Amino acid sequence: MDEPHLKRTPLYECHVEAKARIVPFAGFEMPVQYAGVLEEHRAVRTAVGLFDVSHMGEIEVIGRRALDFVQYVTCNDASKLTVGRAQYSGLMTPRGTFVDDLLVHKMSDEHYFLVVNAANKDKDYAYLCAQLVGFDGADVVDRSNDYAQIAVQGPKALPTLQKLTVTNLGEIKYYRFVHGAVDGAAAIIARTGYTGEDGFEIYVAPGDAPRLWRKLLAAGAEFGIVPAGLGARDTLRFEACMPLYGNDIDDTTTPFEAGLDWIVKPDKGGFLGREALLRQRGDGIRRKLTGFEMTGRGIARHGYPIWAGGKEVGTVTSGTHSPTLGKALGMGYVPVRLSEVGSSFEVEIREQKVAARVVEMPFYRRAR
Amino acid sequence: MAQPNDRLYTKTHEWVKVAGGEASVGITQYAQEQLGDVVFVELPAAGKKVDKGAALGNIESVKAVSEVFSPVAGEVTTANGELEAHPELINRDPYGGGWLVRLSVAPGASDGLMDAAAYEAFLAEEGAH
Repeated sequence: MDEPHLKRTPLYECHVEAKARIVPFAGFEMPVQYAGVLEEHRAVRTAVGLFDVSHMGEIEVIGRRALDFVQYVTCNDASKLTVGRAQYSGLMTPRGTFVDDLLVHKMSDEHYFLVVNAANKDKDYAYLCAQLVGFDGADVVDRSNDYAQIAVQGPKALPTLQKLTVTNLGEIKYYRFVHGAVDGAAAIIARTGYTGEDGFEIYVAPGDAPRLWRKLLAAGAEFGIVPAGLGARDTLRFEACMPLYGNDIDDTTTPFEAGLDWIVKPDKGGFLGREALLRQRGDGIRRKLTGFEMTGRGIARHGYPIWAGGKEVGTVTSGTHSPTLGKALGMGYVPVRLSEVGSSFEVEIREQKVAARVVEMPFYRRAR
Repeated sequence: MAQPNDRLYTKTHEWVKVAGGEASVGITQYAQEQLGDVVFVELPAAGKKVDKGAALGNIESVKAVSEVFSPVAGEVTTANGELEAHPELINRDPYGGGWLVRLSVAPGASDGLMDAAAYEAFLAEEGAH
């Protein structure tokens, strides 16, 4: 590798053993695929897949004013959380745009556990520390090196994981978590994920991770479990229209533009970006993250221009051939008037304009 | 990784098999492995003239777009229509059913390309086995 500073997760050796293709991602050497993206994607939709997501960042907010601090830096209302619940939220700039998107877990009144994107972790930590200046009663701690994270995802995730824990997983509702043990190792077991399927994300000590990885593969063997890489993680989250930071959202886009109105709670009190978001809500947004299907031949990709009426009107943020739906789909920011289902525009693919039509998001929703 | 002996190879991982005045072109086993699952193929229409080393088309996997370069100068006579419905043929059978185009070529069009042994040595040098 040309980049000697790349980090490895505690599961690196497992990936090499499994002959994964390893690529640099967010400062880590990560498995992008094992057997193949399509096979891994299908396994997660129909059975179960196992992901190493240890690159994700874990940051704790602690102290008697931990909640006040979380409320100040994020746009969702963390006061609604009770111990054992998790919430999807946005870490906001004063402009109401995303520093990052994240999960906020309430461990106790004085302890919140934030899970952030790997590529943003250092930036997020520095941003949080900067906000702490003059803020008494709260502190932030980067715990990223203390946790490995394994995601077990798919309709057979529960019976797979259940073999290794006495915790009754059926009692953990979506977006809740418990402290338990997996194969005797202390673990945070959360019913969350980034695939659009049922599943769990477990946080364990790095030293326990390789053993748990192997035990989970053995436990899921009867269901057809496969290790799944970043490639499948991206196609799975894409079909479920879960935004990817750096593609679909970033520090130039607001939650309203991204269709994430449900994570903005201005009534909770003051927070970074509140005024800007209230102003935008009053004025109305001009562009909106919109899902589309290619009606002409071609695949839209991140960064491709979107055209309508002979003018460039937007940009594709994510796009690929959807393995589950069997067609080329994409998301991008377009003017609000073009964002209605049935509207059409064109995507510029290698200097050709190819027709696309707006469709409902998410593209894929699992049967419950 | 054994490469078929009946054709020649490029450093950009295409193969060409010349018989009479016609050349078949595809991508190598190594190239398809690097690409991953192919989901879309864009090929030139019959009649298109291409130079040696010029862009011939695009192969897309779920992850990325990859350009294919023509190993020879010539005029496209046929594109593999099967690939429109079954792009996965490129993964399954890169040296057979996954061929991309046929071109009419002049004698000596494939001069200077690598034979199977030279291509294997090239892959080894690239650290690609």
